[in-house]
Amino acid sequence: MDLPIYLDNNATTPMDPRVLDAMLPYFNAKFGNAASRNHAFGWAAEEGVDYAREQVAKLIGANEKEIIFTSGATESDNLAIKGVFEMYKDKGNHIITCVTEHKAVLDACKHVEKLGGEVTYLGVKSDGLIDLAELEAAMTEKTILVAIMYGNNEIGVIQPIREIAAITHKHGALFMTDATQAVGKIPVDVNADGIDLMAFTGHKMYGPKGVGALYVRRKNPRVKVTAQMDGGGHERGMRSGTLNVPGIVGLGKAAELCRLEMDEEAKRLSKLRDKLQAELTVLEESYVNGNTDHRLPHVANISFKYVEGEGLMMAMKDLAVSSGSACTSASLEPSYVLKSLGLSDDLAHSSIRFGLGRFTTDEEVDFAIEQTKKAVNHLRDLSPLWEMFKEGIDLDKIEWAEH
Amino acid sequence: MAYSEKVIDHYTHPRNVGTLDKSSTKVGTGLVGAPECGDVMRLQIEVDENHMITDAKFKTFGCGSAIASSSLATEWLKGKSIDDAMKIDNMDIVEELALPPVKIHCSVLAEDAIKAAINDYRVKNGLEALEVAKSHH
Repeated sequence: MDLPIYLDNNATTPMDPRVLDAMLPYFNAKFGNAASRNHAFGWAAEEGVDYAREQVAKLIGANEKEIIFTSGATESDNLAIKGVFEMYKDKGNHIITCVTEHKAVLDACKHVEKLGGEVTYLGVKSDGLIDLAELEAAMTEKTILVAIMYGNNEIGVIQPIREIAAITHKHGALFMTDATQAVGKIPVDVNADGIDLMAFTGHKMYGPKGVGALYVRRKNPRVKVTAQMDGGGHERGMRSGTLNVPGIVGLGKAAELCRLEMDEEAKRLSKLRDKLQAELTVLEESYVNGNTDHRLPHVANISFKYVEGEGLMMAMKDLAVSSGSACTSASLEPSYVLKSLGLSDDLAHSSIRFGLGRFTTDEEVDFAIEQTKKAVNHLRDLSPLWEMFKEGIDLDKIEWAEH
Repeated sequence: MAYSEKVIDHYTHPRNVGTLDKSSTKVGTGLVGAPECGDVMRLQIEVDENHMITDAKFKTFGCGSAIASSSLATEWLKGKSIDDAMKIDNMDIVEELALPPVKIHCSVLAEDAIKAAINDYRVKNGLEALEVAKSHH
């Protein structure tokens, strides 16, 4: 077993060696521009892109003409939100999203607000899911788009996508979802789910970084987005720029592998995740964040009360995980996702996200359990808050000097 | 962000972790920070009749730099008079531990904890509390 152990698969995944093998020829022998229609070099590149497009489409139950390749999920989110806002401005200017979205969605919405758009930011319940009645109540005649993520990147909760789509469509709006964490991990079917636009990316599904896609529905209804980049009119005019052929080929291969192996993988990972979670919540005062019934199979976000996340990660030096603690960022604010679940700041500071992946082994999970337990106990021995808790002192009644 | 070797050393082998009897008149306790901010330090000193610090203990809830800052503070406090201890400046801690700018607040907290502990001792023993230059943060 090699150390450190990578358990941060919601940040990025290692590339599958089979993906790399598929990509390599497109860096040299098949270097052509996929838009060169009149010679063999172009044809070879185009063939690679076509196959990839088909694989990506198949993974999500789409038609290949509905796949727009981009540089990643951030670009896809931006193109979807800004592109719909521009394209449908005669119909309305109202967008509904939610507070636990990724910054790519939230900041694209903020941008739209500057352009005269109105955005409703739905809150979430304490389990991280949105309240469907609240969504319904927020819909207006001016609503053109509802943007709610599929699976959350910090806590892994899966939103009720089909119900959200139904409410959205009943009011004549489009439904967009950032499915970066879900595609390739759980079955996503754009037709069964009622999705009109969907953003996702290669590097969260064992593909390369720098390549992603936006699904744009072509039928019932036919959806269009205004291009955000001017140029040669690639990708049905929605995203100009010479295609990143090796990246796209990699994304295609990654999608193919996910489609074929996802079911088995999800079963294996959810078992491992459940074991990790069960073992770690044996520790006193540890809490799982977010709904555990509607959750991605490979992630568990756990708060260990009375220890601080960054300090804890330092003790878990052989584990690569991530924390909602402020100390990992310059802002000193703990995770806005955890706070929006109603978690107090100190619990948000005490959270660790474990993200398992395709290459995570049983042995690694066992090691992670042991090291995490040791680290939590070590940090609690150092923690004045733990001592006070053990003495029965109510920490909420202490007047802390905020700094 | 990588931690300096000294931070890692103090974090891995923290000096003087523990608790002194806070009801004793010889003991001064400083509890600073807030759980919401992700740092709480408790620093305690034991002082003899000549106002010399004979023992120091800490417990800290916080990141590695916060733990290292308080661990270092306890090392420096032992053997100092309370007047000399009052002169410990947060920038001395920053320098010793090579803390990056985003972690300077950890050293500030340690300085605050030292001063709070000394003042607690002073007040307990009929001395007036010393003015603490407030708010680096």
